[in-house]
Amino acid sequence: MSNQYIRISLRFVILVLVQVLLFNNIHFLGYINPYIYILFILLLPFETKRWVLLVLAFALGLSVDFFSNSMGIHAAACVFAAYFRPGVMSLITSRKEYEPGVEPSIVDLGFQWFFMYSLILVSLHHLILFLLEVFRFSNFFSTLGHSILNALFTVLFIILIQYIFYRKK
Amino acid sequence: MRNLINFFWRHSIFILFILLEFLAISLVVNNNGYQKSVAFAWVSEKTGKIQSVRNSFWDYLNLKQTNKELAAENARYRSMLPSAFLITDTLVHYKKDTLYRQQYQMLSAEVISNTTNSSTNFLQLNKGLLQGINKDMAVISPTGVVGIVVNVSQNFSWVMSLLNKETRISARIKKNGQIGTIAWEGGSYRFASLKDIPNHVRISRGDTIVTSGYSHIFPKGEIIGVINDFNIKSGEHFYDINVRLGVDFNNLANVYVIRNMLRDEQKKLEEPVK
Repeated sequence: MSNQYIRISLRFVILVLVQVLLFNNIHFLGYINPYIYILFILLLPFETKRWVLLVLAFALGLSVDFFSNSMGIHAAACVFAAYFRPGVMSLITSRKEYEPGVEPSIVDLGFQWFFMYSLILVSLHHLILFLLEVFRFSNFFSTLGHSILNALFTVLFIILIQYIFYRKK
Repeated sequence: MRNLINFFWRHSIFILFILLEFLAISLVVNNNGYQKSVAFAWVSEKTGKIQSVRNSFWDYLNLKQTNKELAAENARYRSMLPSAFLITDTLVHYKKDTLYRQQYQMLSAEVISNTTNSSTNFLQLNKGLLQGINKDMAVISPTGVVGIVVNVSQNFSWVMSLLNKETRISARIKKNGQIGTIAWEGGSYRFASLKDIPNHVRISRGDTIVTSGYSHIFPKGEIIGVINDFNIKSGEHFYDINVRLGVDFNNLANVYVIRNMLRDEQKKLEEPVK
């Protein structure tokens, strides 16, 4: 059990560092920038209490904010995504039971499930993120398009990362 | 109380969510220059709108007070008008600003009761001795003569309306200066009659009737009304003139009370002779 806590804490630190040191500097095509740190929220175990989820998401977003000089924007987006995580989970049926100890990952639940799951949550996260960045509702649809395009790239990277690091299980 | 706690407990996750979002967004607004300026512009526009709605609402509620203030201001201005001053033209060597000595002073007052349907109509005003009103002061409104103060208490005064069979007001036809007396003989509250105008005088409908200033109560030249109709009864030497009053007594609200500051002197002068 303590092993799991250590792994989650490590994942937190590593994802934040990778995000701020590497992925924040990608600027693919000038405006596409995968936010892979959200993988942390996606991978938290099923039995995680909802308030823990929210608080962790807030802490995660705030840490990224500190480094990317965007106080509060990532925190708001992460909390938003974390709040809807259980809802999205119950929306997507899985052939496996959501059991304690099982992480919502590709290894445990399969590619198709994880793809839908991550795409929805990442899109929600990105939508809030870009809305807060633009900070107005005019041009809502261009913001929406931007966030979906960006979400596709984020999901792509998230899945790649999973195939790289979670094979051995 | 328990229900309230239950409610918060049941929705604790949602409340936490809202709290965290609120915290995050307040961080966004407070720490990012661009978002801060957008939020500030939005908020100030909305609050400005609300403020202006609120202001117009209170302005409306304060109309009564505003009216009162305006009436008081008007009274102040009217007492500065040349007609409120008595020309003392014997004093050649005096400085210019003493050429005019103020004779009439105006006080604004509100009508708090009024009748028009009796044969002896009176009005009550919301000012009295304490506000500087005394017996035998004139009461006018912007549209014409209203009556004469006949009794005062500390804070109220009782005015004999022009619509009173006892009232006699010295009047003058403005265009030719003929002096007569205005009296009301009952009937419509819109009309009074002008007496004592001899039948050789040429008058016509629409001639303005003003106060003569002979009574030491009314200043000279306050409007009373206009001639509505006239005729001469056979064997009489005077016209029978019907005057349409300037004042609509039925919707009288704000009036001015006029103090003749030289009245005591004028009275004293007449006393030994009478």
